[in-house]
Amino acid sequence: MSFSWAKPYQPKHPFMRWLDERLPLPRVAYGAVGGGYPVPRNLNYWWNFGVLAGIFLTIQIVTGITLAMWYYATGDGAFNSVEHIMRDVDAGWLLRYAHANGASFFFVVTYIHIFRGLYYGSYKPPRELVWMLGLVIYLLMMATAFMGYVLPWGQMSYWGAQVITGFFSAFPLVGEPIRIWLLGGYAPDQAALTRFFSLHYLLPFVIAAVVILHIWALHIPGSGNPTGVDVKDEKDTIPFHPFYTAKDGWFAAAFVLLYAIVVYFAPNWLQHPDNYIPANPLATPAHIVPEWYFWPFYAILRAFTTDFVLPAKLWGVLAMFTSILLLFFLPWLDKSPVRSGSYRPVFKRFFWLLVVDVLVLGWAGGQPATPLPVAIGQIAAAYYFAHFLIILPLVSKYETPLPLPRSITASVLHGEEQESAPAGVKSGKKSTVAG
Amino acid sequence: MADVPVTAGDGVRRRDFLNVAAVSFAGVGAVAAISPLLVQMAPPADVLALSTSEVDISKIQRGQGIKTVWRKQPVFVRNLTDKEIAEANAVPLSELRDPQTLQQRTLPGHTNWLITLAVCTHLGCVPLGIAEGESRGDYGGYFCPCHGSQYDTAARIRQGPAPKNLFVPPYKFTSPTTVEIG
Repeated sequence: MSFSWAKPYQPKHPFMRWLDERLPLPRVAYGAVGGGYPVPRNLNYWWNFGVLAGIFLTIQIVTGITLAMWYYATGDGAFNSVEHIMRDVDAGWLLRYAHANGASFFFVVTYIHIFRGLYYGSYKPPRELVWMLGLVIYLLMMATAFMGYVLPWGQMSYWGAQVITGFFSAFPLVGEPIRIWLLGGYAPDQAALTRFFSLHYLLPFVIAAVVILHIWALHIPGSGNPTGVDVKDEKDTIPFHPFYTAKDGWFAAAFVLLYAIVVYFAPNWLQHPDNYIPANPLATPAHIVPEWYFWPFYAILRAFTTDFVLPAKLWGVLAMFTSILLLFFLPWLDKSPVRSGSYRPVFKRFFWLLVVDVLVLGWAGGQPATPLPVAIGQIAAAYYFAHFLIILPLVSKYETPLPLPRSITASVLHGEEQESAPAGVKSGKKSTVAG
Repeated sequence: MADVPVTAGDGVRRRDFLNVAAVSFAGVGAVAAISPLLVQMAPPADVLALSTSEVDISKIQRGQGIKTVWRKQPVFVRNLTDKEIAEANAVPLSELRDPQTLQQRTLPGHTNWLITLAVCTHLGCVPLGIAEGESRGDYGGYFCPCHGSQYDTAARIRQGPAPKNLFVPPYKFTSPTTVEIG
């Protein structure tokens, strides 16, 4: 569907021909992830993380379905049913640790995938919708992860539910009634637990559906590439299968090995010990923090400490939501026609500053709410907004980008020096293949 | 690659071997990864730990019986009368679908205690006949209301669709008035 030279599906076996004429599912697969999808030949390893995210979504759904075979979503039974899974169910410990750490790894690969998109300008035309659908997936992931974390009904689960639903109470007038309506009570209890379980089971399938839209929208213009230069002819691409299936396959095996090491040797590394204490509505743990993947947003939430026109609480909640919603406007905040950060010397520096800034936010969000981390979080939060609202628009206006390669093929075959030379200018070495 | 021809005479290239080896290895890994998803469905440790039940039989008079539970399955514990024992012993084995004597279905010295699963061997319903007033069928034992299987006083199948006698679980007398099933 993307390029004129994309090979059409030609069934070899008579059965496949019979099937293709009635239900062209093999044709769709061939065009999406088979030999019929031409992909730029110069993708680097940062392009492997989308497939990895899909793999972790699959792992989460599969392990989640088996856990749901043993889990009871009741205030009395939830905590014990999780312990029962851990102690009595065959391989239950493995499935639960795989699921709990699978969430963390899903976020790791998704964050790398998002920052890949930020660096290489994957949000720019004609891929704005790909980017926005990706953000929808990210928001759904956050909702799913939060509700899943509540299900074991330990102390962190319970107080996480209390704090997160408390966000809504920040809104004047309607806030508190909305919070009570969301919980089905005045505090997290049976009603909240049951509905969280229901939605936690539902949302991954909604994510899977949006993933299909994400890939569909991607395959209209085709995948981007590290140069950001459009595909010009057949020489710029190679078929997805076998080239990228092989590369994705090997990289997935290597990355899942990392995941296995954590699951088997450090399964509680990213967990909170307090969540092995059953939920107690009468005592909050001393240091309540969300899971690590929410820390940057938690820091932004806590960055507002004094009332200014609006209450500090409302500012915090608004800023936290805005920090993500902002990303939907990225295609219009960064108007530079050059996609890849590799050819944008100023942008590139600010990109890495943003990476550091988000890491600092994450650190600050994971610390107890003492003055120093909160102050650092405030500075980092201010910079986060400044990056998107001030720096990016200005940089894209005043920056002089480096000359782009004439084509993907030229950039690949001419070496680094020639890659950054302007079109038609030879940089010493003689080109072996004419662009 | 110099020592291996790119295309060998038999058409199998070094790369074909590498492909098959890599994909096969991934296949083995996939099967290994699926195994925990399957084994988790087996009875968990706490269910296996419930595999014995103790029953107090001191209150059961001759001709009476009770329903109890073993591994979450109903069990009939019946104290047979001398007449019922005689009836069971009078049946020639050749008439039985699943030939077994009452002696084989009870413990020595306790032939009046008939302990069987209350699970019809046809499709698993609980037969009637243990409580006062329930139908015992034409053979004085148990009658399954689902599809009409009839069992005699030794809980052997006599008529109807069930293929086997009611199952006798493993049990022992831990005291004259206590039975441990399982």
